[in-house]
Amino acid sequence: MAKIISGREAAALVAPGSRLMVSGFLACGAPSWLIDCLVEAGIKDLHLIAISTDYDDRGIGRLITARAVKSCQVSHIGTNKTTQAQYKNQELEIEFVPQGILMERIRCHGAGLGGLFSPVGVGTPVAEGKETLTENGRTYILERPISADVALIKARKADTLGNLVYSKMARNSNPIMAMGAPITIVEVDEIVEPGQIDPEEVVTPGALVQYLVRKGA
Amino acid sequence: MLDRDAKRVLIGKRIAQELKDGDYVNLGIGLPVEVANHIPEGIRVFFQSENGILGAGPAPLPGQEDPDLINAGGGAITAIPGASYFDSFISFSLIRGGHINMTVLGALQVDAQGNIANWSIPGKLVPGIGGAMDLVVGARQVVAAMEHTDKDGNPKILEACTLPLTGAGVVTLIVTDMAVIRVTPAGLSLCEVASWTNVDDVVASTGARLLIDGPVGTFS
Repeated sequence: MAKIISGREAAALVAPGSRLMVSGFLACGAPSWLIDCLVEAGIKDLHLIAISTDYDDRGIGRLITARAVKSCQVSHIGTNKTTQAQYKNQELEIEFVPQGILMERIRCHGAGLGGLFSPVGVGTPVAEGKETLTENGRTYILERPISADVALIKARKADTLGNLVYSKMARNSNPIMAMGAPITIVEVDEIVEPGQIDPEEVVTPGALVQYLVRKGA
Repeated sequence: MLDRDAKRVLIGKRIAQELKDGDYVNLGIGLPVEVANHIPEGIRVFFQSENGILGAGPAPLPGQEDPDLINAGGGAITAIPGASYFDSFISFSLIRGGHINMTVLGALQVDAQGNIANWSIPGKLVPGIGGAMDLVVGARQVVAAMEHTDKDGNPKILEACTLPLTGAGVVTLIVTDMAVIRVTPAGLSLCEVASWTNVDDVVASTGARLLIDGPVGTFS
């Protein structure tokens, strides 16, 4: 059962210094209204978990530009010059996580698993300090779950129970991050009554959603 | 010497010759996207993008861009009839699970062991990993698409990479503006040289020993 709140109320659920997951891929499928509300609320010292920091002026990058983030776990920062500058100046701490493994680590948390053995990054800096397993001649590294205090995601449509439908490639990390935190806040374009979304169409079931925010509200 | 555009076309065209009918292919950002412009006649391939599509089509006409349809570099794309959308978990399951026939990636360095470095120049430029580490361990063929030397003429194909690796022992084929090189258990095998250059120049521009096991073909 999801509660409908405003963007300002959503921002108040994110405490300074907390771990925050934000969805999207290069701002496609990012909760841009919720990001705007967070920036306006001036929340600082966040630990960010995201695929990338998008662009300087668009998507998750707005949080970087606003200096709201002190550390992050991301796969890529190549499209955001501000992130690169803050990283170089050591203002921003970054753990680079391979994108697919970032998704799996979040999914592990959401699915109640203690971690996974991954072949990704073996022989690279990603493997440093991690336990290994060799099986049939192949080496795997232990990757631990990643969770957040709050996840901000974006869907095209929700019903009031929190069932979600996405738009095309704006789905990307959203269904996974919906499992990444005890508080999932979804920015949506449209909210409908239960029964108005065909159960066959639902991608994320309502049990994963705590709050809904209409874009712009 | 070729200019950058001519190099890009030469490399893209040659890699496209490696594709087989029905292949599922992931093209990295930058140089690799050129491959899509040279698919051989009579062959149908399906482009996957890690941000959630199988069946990516060409860029839309100006004014018809859809913000919910982008490639891994953020550029506008279309979806072909029969395309599918999926979340990042399914997308990387396709990649790591061996369901993608070929990935083509740019490279800063590759070496004689099939190692590839393309995500970090410590202290200078660290764009990050993105999907590259998943792609190089999961795709059945890993093709490095790169200029043969850096802008100062230094070799990018080395005995051993000096930059942080993206993957160890993963590259199967290297295609540059000068040569086609296969990575074999014995080392790097020179298969073809570009018609504008010759074997001696290729050897001189390469920082690793090249095996010449048979006749060396040409490509253009």
